[in-house]
Amino acid sequence: MSSSGVVQTNVLEKARRERVIARRKRRIGLALRFLVLGVALFYALFPVVWIMSAALNPANTIVNQKLIPDNASFANFQVLLEDGFDSSALNPFFIWMKNSILVSGITAILSVLVSALSAYSFSRFRFRGRRGMLLTIFLVNVFPNSLTMVASFLLLQQVGRFIPSFGLGTHGGLILLYLGGAMGINTWLMKGYFDTIPREIDESAMIDGASHWTLFWRIFLPLTRPIITVVGIITFIFTYSDFLLALVVLRGQREAFTLAVGLNFFISGQFTNQWGVFAAGAIMGAIPVVILFMLTQDFIVGGLTQGAVKG
Amino acid sequence: MGTINRTAGGLKRLSAINHIASQNSFNLILRFVALAVIDAFALWFVIRLTQDKNLPLAALIAATTVGINAFYLHPRMGPFRWFSPGLALMILMVLYPTLFTVYVAFTNWGTGNLLSKTQVIEQLESRLYAPEGSQSYQWTGFVNEAGEYKLWLISDDGSEAFLARPGEALIPAAEAHVGELDADGVPLSIEGFERIERNQVIRHISALGELTFGDEGRAVQVTNTTSAAELRPKFTYDAARDVIVDLETGKEFTPIDGTFTADDGEQLSPGFFVPVGFRNFNRLINSAALRGAFSQVFVWTFVHAIGAVFLQFVVGLGLALLLNDAQLPGMRYWRTLILIPYAVPTFISMIIWRGMFVPGQGIISTTLTDIFGSSPAWFGDGTWAKIGILIVQMWIGFPYMMLISLGALQSIPSDIYEAAKVDGANAIQRFFRMTLPLLLITLGPLLIASFAFNFNNFNIIRIYNQGGPPIAGAPIPTGQTDILISYTFRVAFSDGGSDFGFASTITIVIFIVVALVTLFNFRFTRAWEEAGENV
Repeated sequence: MSSSGVVQTNVLEKARRERVIARRKRRIGLALRFLVLGVALFYALFPVVWIMSAALNPANTIVNQKLIPDNASFANFQVLLEDGFDSSALNPFFIWMKNSILVSGITAILSVLVSALSAYSFSRFRFRGRRGMLLTIFLVNVFPNSLTMVASFLLLQQVGRFIPSFGLGTHGGLILLYLGGAMGINTWLMKGYFDTIPREIDESAMIDGASHWTLFWRIFLPLTRPIITVVGIITFIFTYSDFLLALVVLRGQREAFTLAVGLNFFISGQFTNQWGVFAAGAIMGAIPVVILFMLTQDFIVGGLTQGAVKG
Repeated sequence: MGTINRTAGGLKRLSAINHIASQNSFNLILRFVALAVIDAFALWFVIRLTQDKNLPLAALIAATTVGINAFYLHPRMGPFRWFSPGLALMILMVLYPTLFTVYVAFTNWGTGNLLSKTQVIEQLESRLYAPEGSQSYQWTGFVNEAGEYKLWLISDDGSEAFLARPGEALIPAAEAHVGELDADGVPLSIEGFERIERNQVIRHISALGELTFGDEGRAVQVTNTTSAAELRPKFTYDAARDVIVDLETGKEFTPIDGTFTADDGEQLSPGFFVPVGFRNFNRLINSAALRGAFSQVFVWTFVHAIGAVFLQFVVGLGLALLLNDAQLPGMRYWRTLILIPYAVPTFISMIIWRGMFVPGQGIISTTLTDIFGSSPAWFGDGTWAKIGILIVQMWIGFPYMMLISLGALQSIPSDIYEAAKVDGANAIQRFFRMTLPLLLITLGPLLIASFAFNFNNFNIIRIYNQGGPPIAGAPIPTGQTDILISYTFRVAFSDGGSDFGFASTITIVIFIVVALVTLFNFRFTRAWEEAGENV
């Protein structure tokens, strides 16, 4: 009787001990993972923290920069605010930022509209040549339009001789190039989403006398708002971040620069006497994109959009 | 639009039909007006382009416009109306530049040959010269506050007097409507303009010397502080024989390789672009100096793209393996934080990294110096510059790779590991024999896409270090960390001069590589078949 009771307690004791060890192992594992995550976060975030520190450092130089600056202040931001709006200043930061937002915003809105029209047509009509055109659009995506920078430059030069507001050095010409480049992928993305809207909705609307136009405008656009928002935001981010085409088209037109071209021109090696002000500008310039990116991260990371990698 | 379902509409109240019908005719009118505006604009543009002898672009715009008209006027073209704006954009901004790139690659378009032949002839024919013994005048200048000039001209024999303005016909004195004349027959003032007195002439002489007064019929140029001479056109173009004739000397210039050249070798600038066949490709293959620099760039483009993807993937996957199946509290917030490097636009993060690497000043350089007593030449030495770029690349890409790896890891069923454990496979074997191959199947297409993207990652190279340090002895300034696309940019747009033809030739090389990589990727993923099925 008593011996079997001892055996029982021993077994229970052993099981309890194993549980404790397992729990301890899990805890160590978890601690290790937190440690690795901490190191990764340090690596990922250090440059970001560093630029914030530079922005708050009134010394405005990269020399002897500390993580926590002495006499931290918003002096660098004030410098930006003073000169940034003056188009005759050397570094009209806010004018560049306005240009960037304007160019990216117009590109995003127009691109969404034009691609939504095309996507609707591919999704709802059946016609000869449809398949060929869709595959062509798919194929065109493969070559980013930054590859044809020389030809695009020469094209805008020719156009600008007759239509100056779409020539070199103009936002009009730049926006046209961006629109052309974004057409393929945006149409493709939207068509995929449009296809998921049940046909029954079209049919019942048609029975009520709606034309395709009414159907598109009153029913499709509201129903597909998620994809329209995502495509618009992605187009905005890509356009905002573009450096090459803006550099080629806006060369030498300091007042027309977008932020990507302007900031690069701003710092041009002057880390000792412009670093703090640049940092202040960099933070303000990055904020819109970082916010938009975070809003759409699930789509960008999850959907991955077949090879559409960050630009 | 035209496809209203009228059978169903017939059941509706009459007023509703009327409403739709009136809206329809309004739409129809609107459509015709819009079409007319587009056509008028396109016609004007095509005419201008044709006058400029830019026939390919003129033809393309004409064809696009005809297409748009057909879509809108032909009742069965309905679906095409919807994508005509997108199609027009793609044709003009994507298709045309692509085809145009191929054309430019076969020309000598660039510094010295920047204009079209029509433009060059126009420019040469507008040049003037002052022939010996031509009519000369005594001039008096007038200037207004905007810095515009007028001249009062009196012929040397005193028989004629004119008022002259730049680019406009001379006005005889009698019709000039100027104020009172002084003893020499020169007006004391002209409305809005102030007379330039003799002692002031020297201040204005260089500005005046650059202007041509009068028009083609009779042009006058200031030759010294007191006199001006009548000018004649210097060149005329004989279209039948395709030669430029110098009217002053009688010399004839024939076009050779886009430059009007005389028998004695004298050349007229500017030149114009002409097709030169495979010359640019020849240069790329046969010029030893050029080939040397180009092959360095070519190899580094691959090393950079493969190295970047490899490092990003290794670090990202390593982290993902450690974090996989850990029940970390607040994973979503960690994820958001760790994504920040990927979210910051590269045109900003590249400058931050450049700042951190600056020798003797940036935090990385000073820390390394504190620890090891010295820091590598991150920008001056080619190898270290390349290492620097790869370090930055790793930073930009590892969060993305970590996230996609995490997703892919979670999609691998766990029971296959149980089976492997039973069969006695250890952790390393399980990783290399099972996890990695399964991951690569899922992530392969994304890695290839990432490679293709980094193959053309202009932002990183151009902003981080402008492709430097320079390759010694390269005929076109080239950097040791330049990749093909930044090299193209240099060739096309460097301050030293543009070579659009050669730049387009390199673009074609990039086209070929990207096409091959994509073809491989399509094979790998069957994306093409999927796309085909999806349509």
